[in-house]
Amino acid sequence: MSVDLIAAVITAMTLAATPLLLAAIGELVTEKAGVLNLGAEGMMLIGAVVGFGAASLSGSAAVGIAAALLAGMAMALLFALLALTLLANQVATGLALTILGVGLSALIGKPFVGTPLPRLPQLNVPGLSDLPFFGPVFFAHDFLVYASIAAVFGVHWFLEKSRWGLVLRAVGESHDSAHAIGYPVIAIRYAATIFGGAFAGLGGAFLSLAYTPMWAENMTAGRGWIALALVVFATWRPFRALAGAYIFGGVTIAQLHLQGHGFDVPSQFLSMLPYLATILVLALISRDATRIRLNTPACLGLPFKPAQ
Amino acid sequence: MLRLEPRREPSAAMVYGAPVLAIALTLIAGSLLFAALGHNPAKALRVFFVEPLSSAYGLAELCLKATPLALCAIGLAIGFRAGVWNIGAEGQLVVGAIAGGGVALLFPNGGSAWLVVLAGLIGALGGLAWASIPAWLRTRFNANEILTSLMLTYVAGLLLQYLVIGPWKDPMGFNFPQSKTFHGDLMLPKLIEGQRLNAGAAIALLAIIGGWIMLSRSLLGFQVRVIGLAPAAGIYAGFVPRRMVWFTLLLSGALAGLAGAFEVTGPIGQLLPSISPGYGFTAIIVAFLGRLHPIGILAASLLIALTYLGGEAAQIMLRLPIAATGVFQGMLLFFLLACDVLIRYRIRFGTLGRKGALS
Repeated sequence: MSVDLIAAVITAMTLAATPLLLAAIGELVTEKAGVLNLGAEGMMLIGAVVGFGAASLSGSAAVGIAAALLAGMAMALLFALLALTLLANQVATGLALTILGVGLSALIGKPFVGTPLPRLPQLNVPGLSDLPFFGPVFFAHDFLVYASIAAVFGVHWFLEKSRWGLVLRAVGESHDSAHAIGYPVIAIRYAATIFGGAFAGLGGAFLSLAYTPMWAENMTAGRGWIALALVVFATWRPFRALAGAYIFGGVTIAQLHLQGHGFDVPSQFLSMLPYLATILVLALISRDATRIRLNTPACLGLPFKPAQ
Repeated sequence: MLRLEPRREPSAAMVYGAPVLAIALTLIAGSLLFAALGHNPAKALRVFFVEPLSSAYGLAELCLKATPLALCAIGLAIGFRAGVWNIGAEGQLVVGAIAGGGVALLFPNGGSAWLVVLAGLIGALGGLAWASIPAWLRTRFNANEILTSLMLTYVAGLLLQYLVIGPWKDPMGFNFPQSKTFHGDLMLPKLIEGQRLNAGAAIALLAIIGGWIMLSRSLLGFQVRVIGLAPAAGIYAGFVPRRMVWFTLLLSGALAGLAGAFEVTGPIGQLLPSISPGYGFTAIIVAFLGRLHPIGILAASLLIALTYLGGEAAQIMLRLPIAATGVFQGMLLFFLLACDVLIRYRIRFGTLGRKGALS
């Protein structure tokens, strides 16, 4: 295998991994605070369509990314209002968010179907980006790829080393204790949920602005759900989410390459691979029930209503 | 400030009031949406919700569309009551369609009117088999059934695409991705002359009655409810949660599979790359709107079927995107979940302090 080909494969893997990583790292923070938001798919779709729409109307990719971020946050806020303030069942509310996101994004996106948009600009460092191998692998991506990696480090630092990260984890592990000590449980959960929405929105924007610069109905194709599975796979740890996202990126790319090389298996079976891999990985990681129980935030998905 | 005050007991009135309130709020939000899209809200609402009901054809179509929704929702509701979240009814429906359609393609020349019964049974078995995968993964490997059943929905969709593009493609079909049309013996008998409504609707009605009897009168239904409400009490009583996972997933899978087989041996009459506008997902809304109760589900499936018909009418008459249907359905579920808070809480305005700390 030539060096160029390896570089191309790694680059493609990075592109496939980034939307998963963005959504997963956001959901990880949300779940660490004890909130189970199953609406990642809906938030990603809204992020994708709003990002694409804003970018194509304004002509600025930055505006598109900012709009997607805000749209994801707005969706998450909707979830938080229902699940945290009105104490609705979190599983049902997350599903509702996805169903609404699928419909709303299709409605908003109608005028944008089939309109082209230039791809998100890539970093270009004179000298570095032209290096053989290292140039394309490390120094020729767009802003969101670097943002996703930076977010992993940032979230790891925040959760493990910062005071408020500790508070957030306490809220997720035992909301009653955190409340008793005097921390604002609901406010922290709002913040964590909205953070998750922002990153899901970015993940969606990456799909519609960089991965395949266009809008198509349901273009996330289950990536929001795969991101949710990644959080379990990562046992709620940021660096494992990073590894998981890149493994999944690899599966996606392997599948595309096999299709491209006329591998003698119908393309539909190859397209099943990422979904089957998700199932396989979930089964393998969940098999150790004790480990899952020890790592799952103890209050995940439970409603919290302070006594009055 | 808005504040929630717990009720001593859940309000029975609000259990039934919440869906009505949610529908009202959805209509208001829908009017705003129509106005934002540049349509006269009153006219749009009439096209959406009244027009489809004004003819015998419309009423028959309403029942036709409610059939798969009700079949899927009954199974899902029983699972949700037991705390088992089967989100993959859409995939089970598709596999049911593949299995039932496969039977139909096996008998291109028919032979007996009983063949359609066979297609339905095999369809139900197909859905059951597909649902057994998340059940096995959950009971054997502790894998979350929400994610596995959903992933399998994508797999099922790809499998159907492969079949209609590949081995099951109609050789005389001008290379369209579709199977041969089924023989008349493999089509469900019509209930009303000249309409598409078929015997599947009657079976759905039986499933609703069966589900009602099971939940309210049988030990199995009691186990489902106890495991869902108080798992610890259920285990103490000797009920086995693992068995409930199997039972609810297999039942909902079989019903969704039946719905899929009914779609292809009913209104569609052949296999196509896409055979459902998301009935399996929408059934989740139907189940909640129907309060996870079979009779409620009957009403809810008719109402949600109306949004499908209304969406089609609005697309033709107002050139509204068909996606408006999905938005309506999503909003309805959102408002419903929000209104459900009223079952257990009263909404109070004003701060606690001003009214006295102990009031």
